[in-house]
Amino acid sequence: MSPDTRATATWPDEIYSVLVDEKIRQVAYVPDAGHTRLIDRCRANPDMKAVMLTTEEEGIAMLAGAWLGGERGVLLMQSSGVGNCINMLSLATVCRFPLLMLVTMRGEWGEFNPWQIPMGKGTPPILEQAGVLVHRIDHAAEATETVQAAARIAFNSDRAAAVLIAQRVIGTKAFK
Amino acid sequence: MSATPTLERRAVMRKLVADRGDLLVVPGLGSTTYDLAAAGDHPLNFYLWGAMGGAAMIGLGLALAQPKRRVLVATGDGEMLMGLGALATIAVQQPKNLAVVVIDNERYAETGLQETHTAHGCDIAGMAASAGIKSVHSVRTEAELATLVPLLRQAPGPIFATIKVTPDRPPFVLLSNDGVYIKNRFREALLGTAPGA
Repeated sequence: MSPDTRATATWPDEIYSVLVDEKIRQVAYVPDAGHTRLIDRCRANPDMKAVMLTTEEEGIAMLAGAWLGGERGVLLMQSSGVGNCINMLSLATVCRFPLLMLVTMRGEWGEFNPWQIPMGKGTPPILEQAGVLVHRIDHAAEATETVQAAARIAFNSDRAAAVLIAQRVIGTKAFK
Repeated sequence: MSATPTLERRAVMRKLVADRGDLLVVPGLGSTTYDLAAAGDHPLNFYLWGAMGGAAMIGLGLALAQPKRRVLVATGDGEMLMGLGALATIAVQQPKNLAVVVIDNERYAETGLQETHTAHGCDIAGMAASAGIKSVHSVRTEAELATLVPLLRQAPGPIFATIKVTPDRPPFVLLSNDGVYIKNRFREALLGTAPGA
């Protein structure tokens, strides 16, 4: 997908609908190009508290607090942010907090920025090693069912679950 | 550097949670978890044994989820220094029911009382104010502590305070370190036994 077609992509709206259906109340995010539309939708929903973070690990802790207080949340980030979360993920896995993370991938499909490649390559095994259940969306048509599945395993089985959204789905960033 | 602290950390924590009512309390890993346990175990304490740098953000998520309850984060200077970005995140959210207190001994007590940055002039309260938190307090005396405690319970948040304490290392008070138990006990006390959120 080229950047020009991003505006017409519907997968962010489909993921948003899943978050509404799953009664997500806290949305923690570090601003990200791939998640722009989803973040905007969440920010516009008065039933959701959209919280801008300075670093992704804040979101792991915040969503633990949300669950302690009886609310469900989601953490939105890009693959580079996964590296910032590693020790804090122990909070989710040791205490078995439900944790739903939606990760837009960089550094894999047609990446132009070499600095994105380490966490693009590292994100799946690092999450696996940290004890997170890793799901993946390789085609936009899989978005709804994949986020539903991850949300259900997170909130019904008290686990940390991530959905990696392939760079091919998001569109390769172009600097022109 | 200013005068040597005289407040003792265990006595400070006892005052922070005395007559706590329905207060929800999140300490940081290490000394503040032991201090809180020593002040009296309570199901609405969420003890941390790890997740360094996360206490204030756990407090934010809890405060946003429970806007009618008062949330107190009582952590250490080393723990807060590891997650300073939380001050900016909290300042943007302006949760009215959240207070964050740093019990500041200017040391990493858990690893052998090595000095932290606050022993060298780093002012976390100043950082909180610069982050945009409007109610910021620096406490060094019993009188200042007596003034602070009711603010933490009643004044509009977010509130941030540092309380300078002596760098002693009182005996460990070790309760369960089972995170699943601590989490479920907290949720049951707060939310009842209904499954899910």
